[in-house]
Amino acid sequence: MLKKEFTITVYTENQIGLLNRIAIIFSRRKINIDSMNTSPSEIEGIHRFTIVINETEDVVKKLCRQIEKQVEVLKAYFNQNDEIVWQELALYKVSTEQIVEKVKVERLLRKYGARAVVIRKDYTVFETTGHREETDGLLEALEPFGVIEFVRSARVAIINESSGFHEKLKEFEQTEPGEVVIENEYLDKKDEVFSM
Amino acid sequence: METLEVKKDKTSKVKHKVQKLSGSAALLEVFLSEKVDTIFGYPGGAIMPIYDALYDYQQKLKHVLVRHEQGAIHAAQGYARVSGKTGIVFATSGPGATNLVTGLADAMIDSTPLVCITGQVYAHLLGTDAFQETDVINITTPVTKWNYQVTDATEIPSVLAKAFYLAASGRPGPVLIDITKNAQIQEFDFEEYVPCEHIRSYRPKPIVRKKYLEEAAKLINEAKKPFVIFGQGIILGRAENEFKKFLDKSGIPAAWTILGMSAIPTDHPLAVGMLGMHGNYGPNVLTNECDVLIAIGMRFDDRVTGRLDKYAKQAKVIHLDIDPAEIDKNVKATVPVWGDCKETLPLITQLIDKKTHSAWHQKFKDYQKQEDEKCIYPEMHPDTNVLSMGEVIDALNELTGGNAILVTDVGQHQMVTCRYAKYNESKSNITSGGLGTMGFALPAAIGAKFGAPEREVIAIAGDGGFQMTLQELGTIMQTDLNVKIIILNNQFLGMVRQWQELFNDRRYSFVDIQSPDFVELAKSYRIAGQKVTERSTLKKALKDMLECRGAYLLEIMVGKENNVFPMVPQGCSVSEIRLS
Repeated sequence: MLKKEFTITVYTENQIGLLNRIAIIFSRRKINIDSMNTSPSEIEGIHRFTIVINETEDVVKKLCRQIEKQVEVLKAYFNQNDEIVWQELALYKVSTEQIVEKVKVERLLRKYGARAVVIRKDYTVFETTGHREETDGLLEALEPFGVIEFVRSARVAIINESSGFHEKLKEFEQTEPGEVVIENEYLDKKDEVFSM
Repeated sequence: METLEVKKDKTSKVKHKVQKLSGSAALLEVFLSEKVDTIFGYPGGAIMPIYDALYDYQQKLKHVLVRHEQGAIHAAQGYARVSGKTGIVFATSGPGATNLVTGLADAMIDSTPLVCITGQVYAHLLGTDAFQETDVINITTPVTKWNYQVTDATEIPSVLAKAFYLAASGRPGPVLIDITKNAQIQEFDFEEYVPCEHIRSYRPKPIVRKKYLEEAAKLINEAKKPFVIFGQGIILGRAENEFKKFLDKSGIPAAWTILGMSAIPTDHPLAVGMLGMHGNYGPNVLTNECDVLIAIGMRFDDRVTGRLDKYAKQAKVIHLDIDPAEIDKNVKATVPVWGDCKETLPLITQLIDKKTHSAWHQKFKDYQKQEDEKCIYPEMHPDTNVLSMGEVIDALNELTGGNAILVTDVGQHQMVTCRYAKYNESKSNITSGGLGTMGFALPAAIGAKFGAPEREVIAIAGDGGFQMTLQELGTIMQTDLNVKIIILNNQFLGMVRQWQELFNDRRYSFVDIQSPDFVELAKSYRIAGQKVTERSTLKKALKDMLECRGAYLLEIMVGKENNVFPMVPQGCSVSEIRLS
């Protein structure tokens, strides 16, 4: 099986130590995490991890089951890139002098959908969001003029086929949950996008 | 301790009893509500408030003072494994807590329900490298089902409720609760204890799905050469009777993993023996010949499967397990039956036809005959004066009738015991299966005796493993415990030596281990004992041991360079099992 880029989305309780519990599932198997983001989700009090790794589908499936096994994890989903909408944010700090003299800033901004966040005499900070190629593109364009600092955020992703977690959570909260929660989803819906 | 009656809710007529309690006393009250009777532990600075509170609870809670925290946790494991209840451990912060790690890892991999309480430095000292401070939560995260640090006493009832629920439900496992000293001391209003029955992010018991039961039954009904392999899931799920009914109706030969052993009596008509590296001949070879493999409450450990790409490739696999992460982990399931086998087994039994499969069963017997001739006969009738381990276990079977709990350590003696021991009752074979923890037997036997005081408990250890935790003889002495100890002494770290003989060209690298005079050692702990070197005195000595009213240590000298066979060499397929 070929290694591919997978985005794992995990809905969890907000609990100290859970980040570690999830991270060691990867490190124990010597799997590198390309990016990881934790944030609130559509539901108050429920956190959402977005984890990007390069692995075979088989490994990703097993990882998701190990993640779901953690007590404070509600659900883990994994998706390939064509099943999600995702963005990364990047910041670039460059010398204002250089930029003003040598680049047509306006063209640059338009081409890369970037905006200037801070403009000072000594430096300017640009920001852009997009896929890896887009944020990399601006980096490349700016490099000849000296990039003082560069930073890129972890990926955040929305699952195309997801109808959110509101309904699922209601099921989870019931002592006797319905099929939606308890069903062995990954067994039944192996080939569907929104599956585990 | 003041008690006052208050109305919790003005509109509610129910009056809740509220007591002003310290965190420590609240912890012990929770224990009483959870029907805890025994605690294995060792005091220290950061857990002193809990021990102070325990002073007033001595009539209701038995505390067993061990000699090392590893002894405490192995004892709690032994207790849990024989009783089916949750084992309780106390340890202090720092080294007390880190000494639990081996036991936690052992309990994690062998799915043993434990609640471990560790003391921790005051909350305001966390992260300051205070005396005996260690990051217990992060150290134990990979080896606990759940862990939590309590820094405020008011959390104690709800956190402990969660701990007890998590440890014992679903696939059981160890839970560790780290309580800072201020939380142990802090007083708060302790209301009625409410056990935890539901955590929204945790699903211990899946709904059983009819579709898979039907598919499983169909496969079983159509099978010509079905084979059942079962693990500890039967015992943990208390499904021994359901399993027997399934076997009786299906007529399918069944083999156990090391931890599944004793779930059905070893002389059950459909029992064909043990799986795995030193398991029986037929079960290993015929795994690669069966057409439907029914795996129940087992996780396809590499010691069971041997080389995976040559494991049961011809068979359709039905996998019954409560833990979804086990399904498809090592062996792809044709039909996954995710659920509690206490529920799923009767439902499958309903759907299957009554059969006997006698010709297929005969195949197992034929292989057994070959194993009898080539392995078992020579083990039971050595052509030297030196005893073999198998002879000892055989003689022991005769005297106990298979009614004793045997607690084994790790190594050759463990494999030999599991190969030859007779068991009539479930929860009788206690051993460190997944982690292979040498030093397990003695403390685990102590715990087993507390967990099943009415039963005969015999620890069987090698000369190596026994020396890893022999300080627990002190625990036996102090508690006046009737535990029997057999040391099968081959003057070597035998299993490693066997591998060095077979695979490393007899380069015996650091396996030659010396021992103290075990009988004299026992004597210094006021434990009776004797040493056996000859066949003629073996039975008498075993009888002396069993008839002794207190603890007894029996050292038995066995062949120095005996090997355990059959054996599936590492990296080989189960069908490549060697008889010699």
